Amino acid sequence: MGLDDEPRGRMLLTALIALILTVLPLPPWLEPGRPAFLVLTVLYWSIASPRAGGIALGWFGGLLLDVFQGPVLGQHALALSLVTYIAVREHQRIRYKPAVQQAMIIGAALAVYEFVVFAIDGWSGHPVTTPLRWLHVATGAAIWPFAAAFLNYSSGKRA
Amino acid sequence: MAFGTPSRAPARGGSPGLRFALYAIASIVVMFLDQREGWLERARFVLQAASYPLQLAVSSPTAAWSWFQESFETRDALRNENNKLRLAQRDVLLRSMRFEELARENAQLRGLRDALPPVADHWLVSEVVNVQLNSLRQRVLLNRGTANGVFKGQAVMDEKGLLGQTLHVGPWSAEVILITDPEHAVPVQVERNGLRTIAVGAGDTASLALPYLPANADVKSGDLLVTSGLGGVFPAGYPVARIAEVHRDAVQPLAQVRAIPLGRIEVDREVMLVWFRPEHPAAPGAASMADSKSGNPKIQPQVAPPKPKPTAPEPAAAPSAPAATPKATVSKPAAAPKPAPAKPPVPESAPAPTADAPKPPAREQ
Repeated sequence: MGLDDEPRGRMLLTALIALILTVLPLPPWLEPGRPAFLVLTVLYWSIASPRAGGIALGWFGGLLLDVFQGPVLGQHALALSLVTYIAVREHQRIRYKPAVQQAMIIGAALAVYEFVVFAIDGWSGHPVTTPLRWLHVATGAAIWPFAAAFLNYSSGKRA
Repeated sequence: MAFGTPSRAPARGGSPGLRFALYAIASIVVMFLDQREGWLERARFVLQAASYPLQLAVSSPTAAWSWFQESFETRDALRNENNKLRLAQRDVLLRSMRFEELARENAQLRGLRDALPPVADHWLVSEVVNVQLNSLRQRVLLNRGTANGVFKGQAVMDEKGLLGQTLHVGPWSAEVILITDPEHAVPVQVERNGLRTIAVGAGDTASLALPYLPANADVKSGDLLVTSGLGGVFPAGYPVARIAEVHRDAVQPLAQVRAIPLGRIEVDREVMLVWFRPEHPAAPGAASMADSKSGNPKIQPQVAPPKPKPTAPEPAAAPSAPAATPKATVSKPAAAPKPAPAKPPVPESAPAPTADAPKPPAREQ
């Protein structure tokens, strides 16, 4: 079917756009609520097409995040590859859930992700304890149906 | 909601569990190496170079917009700005008119042969690349790197005061940790009375905390904080912040003091990377040298430059320790006016001043 090669290009493109959205400067009051676009995109691809992206995409995407905003290299890489692994494992189950339930599952995945980042922040001696850091979990879950619809559309399978 | 691509079992490259384990181990190894200071510096350098084009691309719309605005500014606005700048320049010129004279006088009083050049050797104007590095921390990205000679732990300021220091330096870009970052601490001094302490970032652009001042410390709101020159990164005497509020609680042993930084990073588009003269007394990392040169020979009854005294607690000459750590930097021996044990004078630095007449005067005009 050739489906595996096609999504790969689109996958990288959407991941790049997500990364740009992650580092795009925003007004400060909007800043804490910015959803983790790259995490959402990687989650989408690992659910939609686990063979194309999978854990490798998660790991390298996380490493890029580390270069941009991590105090320790490997921190976001570990967190993102963990949630990618969960998503790849459970992709059959998540895929056919209604949108609201999917959003809740994604929220849980984002919370796991943020917890890993938070824990490594603490262990490596760069703690950030403001509760604002958890805000993106909620906004990410809220934006998930739209993000998934957009990515679906961009993958050209359903208009 | 169904997904477009049909389901397929992840088959290539082993089971997902195994692959995840491998990647997890890889990231833990990377984290471990990165925590050991400097082992991954090379990799970080390369990654930073690779990511810089993307960061530039991200910041290009805002840069283009401000360029657009600038080039279509009205004649009136430009004339106004020009007038304002001319006034400001006249003000600065008037203030600095007596600078040379004062510098010479100061050198004479200190018993130095020549007036010293200013501690800042040269500086490089650098633009803030408009990229969100980390919303939880106070970091910015500059468009200069090792290609311009920027090094790790270099001071960054604007014309109002200190902003921060470079943290990770790539070939064309440098990440700066601001003094307001919660992980940053800068050794400061109250300008009014010389009280030394540490100013720690509070995590937002508008405040610094001074957590190590006792409740009876002589600080009040409005006091100017300048760098104390300890800690080995920033030279002495540069303005940092102004104290905004002092809160004293009868049951707390420490005062709660908040200061507002003078540098305005949220409005700055251009900042300065500064190189300092390493041989200057006020230079960072040369704190011990500062004492030996600036000690006034008239005060000390014997010629005993403090340098050969092995007992004196050297003021933390941590040579290029990256961040100003709150430990160890607080103690500095005062310029010991007590009679020092007679030691053979070091020939090069001791012009044998007789007690009253400063024999080696700085050149009379």
